[in-house]
Amino acid sequence: MIQLSEVSRSFLVGGQTVSALRNIDLSIAAGDYVSIMGPSGSGKSTLLNLIGLLDRPSSGSYKLDGGNVTALNDEQQARVRSEKIGFVFQSFHLVPRLSAAMNIELPLILAGIPVDERRRRVAQLLENYGLTERADHRPDQLSGGQRQRVAIARATSMHPSVLLADEPTGNLDQATGREVINLLEQLTEQQVTLILVTHDPVIGGRAKRQLHMVDGQIINELGSRRSLPPKGVVEGGNDGQ
Amino acid sequence: MKFLDVVQFAAGSLQGSRTRTLLMILAMSIGVAAVVVLTALGEGARRYVINQFSSLGTNLVLVFPGRTETAGIGPGMLLGQIPRELSLDDAEALLRSRSVGRIAPLTVGSSQISKDAKNREVIVLGSTADLMAVRHMTLGRGRFLPPGDVHASESVCVLGAKINSELFGKESGVGAWVRLGDRRFRVIGIMSSQGESMGFNTDEIVIVPVASAHMLFNTSGLFRILVEAKNRDSIEQARKDTETILFARHNGEKDVTVVTQDAVLATFDRILRALTLAVGGIAAISLAVAGILIMNVMLIAVSQRVQEIGLLKALGAPAAKIRTLFFTEAVLLSGIGSITGLVIGEAGVLVIARLYPSLPVAAPWWAVLAAVATSLGTGILFSVWPARRAAQLDPVTALAGR
Repeated sequence: MIQLSEVSRSFLVGGQTVSALRNIDLSIAAGDYVSIMGPSGSGKSTLLNLIGLLDRPSSGSYKLDGGNVTALNDEQQARVRSEKIGFVFQSFHLVPRLSAAMNIELPLILAGIPVDERRRRVAQLLENYGLTERADHRPDQLSGGQRQRVAIARATSMHPSVLLADEPTGNLDQATGREVINLLEQLTEQQVTLILVTHDPVIGGRAKRQLHMVDGQIINELGSRRSLPPKGVVEGGNDGQ
Repeated sequence: MKFLDVVQFAAGSLQGSRTRTLLMILAMSIGVAAVVVLTALGEGARRYVINQFSSLGTNLVLVFPGRTETAGIGPGMLLGQIPRELSLDDAEALLRSRSVGRIAPLTVGSSQISKDAKNREVIVLGSTADLMAVRHMTLGRGRFLPPGDVHASESVCVLGAKINSELFGKESGVGAWVRLGDRRFRVIGIMSSQGESMGFNTDEIVIVPVASAHMLFNTSGLFRILVEAKNRDSIEQARKDTETILFARHNGEKDVTVVTQDAVLATFDRILRALTLAVGGIAAISLAVAGILIMNVMLIAVSQRVQEIGLLKALGAPAAKIRTLFFTEAVLLSGIGSITGLVIGEAGVLVIARLYPSLPVAAPWWAVLAAVATSLGTGILFSVWPARRAAQLDPVTALAGR
């Protein structure tokens, strides 16, 4: 359960304050499948980073599973990230020197999971994502699709309740992109909340909830269970193409 | 995260960037090895000189004619004076002191030695029977100069080992006659081979009674008087007595120099310690250069890994854990570098010890400690400090690699 209320985020750029997010009110239920669309600079990535605790709001509050996580210190936030949140990035962010298996194992190592348990989970994930053959390959020896599969396997290795994907298909061709989206969608069946940031209306359109953002505000929502009052100018979310 | 995992992760990232790791280890080991080898050489020279000095004899007081020790223009020379000579009677008079055990007057000159058709130039040392005990010399064959009246100019000589082998080959020359200058001497003994000591190769000298040397060189003065105090505690008293006796005999004129062997030794010790420090300073510069190289490579390496730091944060590593990881990595790297340097340095010292067995080379502990501390220090400081800064970045910025 994600609850954002009155969340704003502004940056200081060249002496000027730029608002990336303005008074966002958003609540996402556990197991939801949400896509966030909008043009570049509309604040979708900032919103995702905030939800993923990679960034802190300038004002407003953010509750994750009922607890106020904005008030937590660095170490507590790190633990929340480790236990509840998984990330999938556009540029994969795999550690180049580590094998596929080691990349998947990394969050487990950081969390201090015992070796036997780690081995078991990694083997299972490699099998689930069809990477068993590729376990000992380094990222530069993998195709784009394989790399993103490793990244997804890594993101799910700690069984997070929230999976955040920032343009996960951005660096992939259409066929592999669709494959990756399928994998992500399968996860929603296991009560994982999936939040997907994308430019692509075809991909974004598959989500149960579709948020459109412009200028740091959510301007329109499709397929929602609960409508939000639109703020600002209402426009079609047909952008980013 | 368990300790073993931390070490494995750190070792993994060292293996991941092999060139950087090897470069670092090289820089550190060169720095450390340079300090170890250079200070070992300096220390070796110091010990060498000290050993040489103690091999000259113990509890010695040295007497030189004149107030200046070395040749050159003393104030007396400008006035047309030469220092009053030290005479044999001066030397004998020193035995009156209760603190003095033995004395050995020395006269030195060079002369031609010949046996049949063979001849060569040798240093001739005129002295007395006590020289052997005072200077800790050892006799190979025959006997040393006869004790008795120091004024007796017996025509006997003791040959250095090398002189003997040059004149008589493998045979002993004891009993034979040799010609020194215009006089004939009977060989009564041969020194055992001792090698060089303080620039004076005792293997290549001929020792004759001091009175004979005076006749040979037509002088009456002494080059040195070696005074051996009765024991360690009486050295200072022996020095004072020697001065009192000689000044009294020279009508109150202070025209002799009396120093204790310890004083000379202390001076050499100071000089050579300064030398070690200077050499150590040069080595420290190479260590500093290595340190700067370490600093540069580490700064670049960490800045290249800002994204990785961001990723680790996103995957749930708090800043403290990231610091631990980089610290462990730095400790591993610097540790390996320092140990490699120590091994190379000590190996170098061993090689030098093999090549020059007479030089007692050994790196002083303070130099080894300073070298290891410096390379460990720079290595750790310049990887932990930028990593610490990177760990404080917010993860978004770090992930973007900005």
